[in-house]
Amino acid sequence: MSMIASASTDECLRVEGISIERGDRRLISDVDLSLKAGELLAVLGPNGAGKSTLIRAITGEYPLASGQVLLNGKPGEQWDTLHRARQLSVLPQSSSLSFAFSVREVVLMGRTPCDSSREYNEEVCNQALVLTDVLHLQNRSYTQLSGGERQRVHLARVLAQIWDQPKHGHRVLLLGEPTSALDPKHQHQTLTVARNFAKQGAGVLVIIHDLNLASQYADRIVMLKDGRKCVDGAPEQVLTADIMQQVFDIKTSVIKHPVHGYPMVIPI
Amino acid sequence: MDREQRSRLFFVGLLAVLPVVMLLSVGSGPITIPMADIIDILLHRLGLNSATPDIQQQLVVEAIRLPRTLIGVLVGSSLAACGAVMQGLFRNPLADPGIIGVSSGAALGAALGIVLGGTWLASFTELFQAYTVSVTAFIGGFLSTLLVYRIGTTGQGTSVATMLLAGIAVSALSGAGIGLMNYIADDTMLRSMTFWQMGNLANGNWSAIIVAASFLIPLQLIFITRARGLNALLLGESEARHLGLNVQKLKMQLIMLTAIGVGVSVSLAGMIGFVGLVVPHLVRLAIGPDHRWLIPCSSLLGAGILLLADIIARLVITPAELPIGIVTALLGAPFFITMLWQQRKRIL
Repeated sequence: MSMIASASTDECLRVEGISIERGDRRLISDVDLSLKAGELLAVLGPNGAGKSTLIRAITGEYPLASGQVLLNGKPGEQWDTLHRARQLSVLPQSSSLSFAFSVREVVLMGRTPCDSSREYNEEVCNQALVLTDVLHLQNRSYTQLSGGERQRVHLARVLAQIWDQPKHGHRVLLLGEPTSALDPKHQHQTLTVARNFAKQGAGVLVIIHDLNLASQYADRIVMLKDGRKCVDGAPEQVLTADIMQQVFDIKTSVIKHPVHGYPMVIPI
Repeated sequence: MDREQRSRLFFVGLLAVLPVVMLLSVGSGPITIPMADIIDILLHRLGLNSATPDIQQQLVVEAIRLPRTLIGVLVGSSLAACGAVMQGLFRNPLADPGIIGVSSGAALGAALGIVLGGTWLASFTELFQAYTVSVTAFIGGFLSTLLVYRIGTTGQGTSVATMLLAGIAVSALSGAGIGLMNYIADDTMLRSMTFWQMGNLANGNWSAIIVAASFLIPLQLIFITRARGLNALLLGESEARHLGLNVQKLKMQLIMLTAIGVGVSVSLAGMIGFVGLVVPHLVRLAIGPDHRWLIPCSSLLGAGILLLADIIARLVITPAELPIGIVTALLGAPFFITMLWQQRKRIL
């Protein structure tokens, strides 16, 4: 306990020089990353740049060819799955659930690793359903929902999973393309939820394709290309015409948002 | 009324109906015994009733009908619970021990046990005389479960089409093996193997029941303790891992346990198809897919439905009787076809 207290940094996730190989292909090479509690980090990059692989590396799904991942200062492989699940939750890019669970039951599944009372779990479930705007769907069957509604239900589930502040360390939320199927209103709502979750002391890493959403909500942006990290910085530093050309191979012009002042990328 | 309450009500309802079906099963057959007399006989056996019941009736109940009914309960509940668990494990409502080839694998194991058990396995099996056929049935069931699972599962999950095809292949292979055993078996072996392949609840004695119960009852209780894990597994394997489950361990445990369940059931009553498929499906229609209720309700409904099928098997051509596997297939196959019909778009 004293060790963790004395190491009282805000860094909740640290990725040190990791490489991932699948077969003879190298998916990620020598990536470093740091995520602080309270921070919303957006990971951007072209298709196949290794963004989802990065999440799989952090969760230990893919074995590391080199480097290490530290969750709250402790190497990934030293965590037992149950305790890790109370601090780290993951929204997958897509989910295949073909059984007719109700929305409420799906969200309650998020409480699987938590040893709290049923009443408390129900309460957490209610609040998560409200946050992601799916309370009105709570008794509907998951299989009858649209793609966007399913995404929001899973968001509620992963939020419910790490709802409680742990005794030691900070919570980490990994979101794999949470906005890909959402309408504009719910894109903003989802990222607002993610940002508020960060403000409550969690570290949030979100994979996203929309440059302007990233600019508006992220504290920091990391860009991957061909499995390497090529850019890491605040939105103002990262979202420039040069970097867009270099990373995405598109011509853009970057202007300031007329009201909020964050950079906006406009293709030309 | 929310789902939780409805599930509880459904469970209690099944719990109340099962003893009635059991009494019905004990009472039905060439000699009809009224329920009141059955209760008298049972109470007398337990020493709670001093009036001596009719000797003939007592004999029929204690030596024939009661063992048969208990086998029906054990086998029906286990097959249905194993079906429910297997469907969760494969993340597919069409998985069934019979359809994916597990039962036929177990039947091949049993056939090998029956035919070869008396010859060159004899030295090995002397120790396990009573268990030989159960053990070989279990090994057969386990190997085919493992094979079908490995063939059907990729990183993306389990493919229905591949799984059903693997099931066909495994069944064909087992069929060839069973045919070969038929060919070299003598008349007695042949007769007992025929019963096996069509299912029969009448072959057990009290010691077989006790042995089987000591496997099948704990097994279903363990299933219930794994219900939340199974629920999480339905989200996908990586999602279940993110929820803190040791997925690999859970999967191996469940494969192992379903193989034991199917193997022991097959060894006790032969191949009885469709119970594992139809019963969990009916329960899901009534109360939804939550395994915490699905598994216990499937056990109870499976026991009840198998007993009803057995009563039908006994009554349609009295005093002779149909093999029960034929009755469950006659009832279950049309149901399976309907399910395939409804889901064919999703399967392709």
